[in-house]
Amino acid sequence: MDEARIARRGLGPRLWLAGGWLLLALLAAIFAPLVAPQDPLAQDLMLERLPPFWMSGAEPGYWLGTDSLGRDLLSRLIFGGRIAFIVAFAAAIAACLVGSTLGLIAGYFGGWADRIISRIVDVWMAFPPVLFAILLVAVLGTGLSSVILAIAIIDWTRFCRVIRAEAMGQSRMDYVENARIAGYGRIGIMLREVLPNVVPSIVALLSLEMGIAIIVEAILSFVNLSISTDDPTWGGIIAEGRLSIHQAWWVLVFPLITLILTVLSFSQFGEALKTRFDPVLR
Amino acid sequence: MLLQRFLIRLLTMAITLFGVAVVVFVVIRVAPGDPIAMMLPPGATQEDIDRLRALYGLDKTIVQQFFIWLAGVIRGDFGTSISLRQDVLGLVFNRLPATLELAIVALIMAVALGGTTAVLGAREHGTVVEAGIDIASGAALSIPDFLWGLVLILLFGVLVPIFDISGRVSPQLDLPFVTQFYFFESLLRLRLDLTWDLLKHMLMPAVALALPLAAIISQLLKQSLKEVLDLDYVVLARVKGFSETQVILREALKNAALPTLTLVGVQFTFLIGGTVIVERLFSYEGLGNMAIDAVINRDLPLIQGIVLVFALLFVLINLAVDMMYALLNPRLRHG
Repeated sequence: MDEARIARRGLGPRLWLAGGWLLLALLAAIFAPLVAPQDPLAQDLMLERLPPFWMSGAEPGYWLGTDSLGRDLLSRLIFGGRIAFIVAFAAAIAACLVGSTLGLIAGYFGGWADRIISRIVDVWMAFPPVLFAILLVAVLGTGLSSVILAIAIIDWTRFCRVIRAEAMGQSRMDYVENARIAGYGRIGIMLREVLPNVVPSIVALLSLEMGIAIIVEAILSFVNLSISTDDPTWGGIIAEGRLSIHQAWWVLVFPLITLILTVLSFSQFGEALKTRFDPVLR
Repeated sequence: MLLQRFLIRLLTMAITLFGVAVVVFVVIRVAPGDPIAMMLPPGATQEDIDRLRALYGLDKTIVQQFFIWLAGVIRGDFGTSISLRQDVLGLVFNRLPATLELAIVALIMAVALGGTTAVLGAREHGTVVEAGIDIASGAALSIPDFLWGLVLILLFGVLVPIFDISGRVSPQLDLPFVTQFYFFESLLRLRLDLTWDLLKHMLMPAVALALPLAAIISQLLKQSLKEVLDLDYVVLARVKGFSETQVILREALKNAALPTLTLVGVQFTFLIGGTVIVERLFSYEGLGNMAIDAVINRDLPLIQGIVLVFALLFVLINLAVDMMYALLNPRLRHG
């Protein structure tokens, strides 16, 4: 109990920092047209490769500098956040719904349902995930919904494996047996007794998956297979930055910092939520 | 019992591979976009298109195509690449060693780094050192290989340019190699000048792949070590006057390593999966980089071949780990 309390206190500042960054990034993305200092698509060859504000040669209003087409980096990052968060939420929730449902069924019912679902998970795990994502987007065609669908199709196994194991453990507990004796149906027990006990894990995984989805989207735009090339995406900016790395390092550095902070925040946030929701630790 | 376990695993392995083959075959054939049209010049007649289509067997139904392909695969014939017009198996074997080398070097780094920090953390239990290791491994674990690769490119490719950020080997070098395992062969031939050049290209992608795995090994092994360190026989060794490091290395490590081993196996397949994008990032000429090109070119036979080889690699690693676990675990060995 003491250890749990210490762990929870230790997560305090981390939760606030992680949540603070995510909120800031999310608000910036939602209100992008209001907060972005420039038009993210406006090209100006007179303004190409301007350095960030503290270096000589910087222009006021272009805080983080510009890329090789003279587009404002900060504005592109803010607008890129829109795609990142849409993909994060939609793909993670879709993967979670499919994976948790199948995991719950496999873990609670066992038997044939478990065998079939586990075999499908095995097949899925034998694919290199990044290659699978690239293949799916190539098949589905580029675009926002394809990216979301591809990530959900690949990553449901993350939820399925964990929730299956947890549901299996829960279904052996006394309280499940008691509920059965009390006359509840199997599906009723699964939803009313087992599901609430695996929610902490689902929440933690969901937060983690949002970070992963953002990375996969960045990877897809990095290989130029995400959404249409006009809209700025974090991965797309990174791809530009990788090409002009010796002329304009900032085009790579700032999206990289943005991605790292976001991914770290999602994983820390998930950990903290799990500790907070866990009935045992609480 | 061991044999029975092995045979069951072999059977599930075959089912998994068959499943992968079906999934990838169906997925790429519902793809819009005609690979044949991409091969021919714009002025090609319908007759030319049909002839080429028949040549690649694309005029048959999906089910027919699948069984023709499967029969070929069993004979060792994976078909002909549409974009490169070469034998798929040859192309794959040409690139696979580069990816394997990269993955193995990354694995060695991960085990060395993860193992060292785990031992250090267990020895310095409850100190600033342990707290530092925990924070570092937490960060290494949360940040994926793709981002580590970019961080390394910035640090050691641009800021302090000591490593090469693209390719596998400097193009101007004369390579005397007979195998595609350049790195290992250069070591065997004692051509250390070439080893160094290869290492300068390989080090950053390998570190990017190794860091998340090193963090997992570090965390798990440290946890097991701490548990083992409280057991009687370890306490006895301590009473006998061994130093803490000796106690860990001679007594605790071999018993604490078993749970870590199983995890390393699964995680090693994730590492190999990571080579796809990391190779792309560093323009490293391996299988993953070729796979991305194959997808972009809609080269169906090549995609199928590469995905199946990756899947085979994954199930073989899992099988090896499972067998190793059974051999090392006394309860299973005698049970």
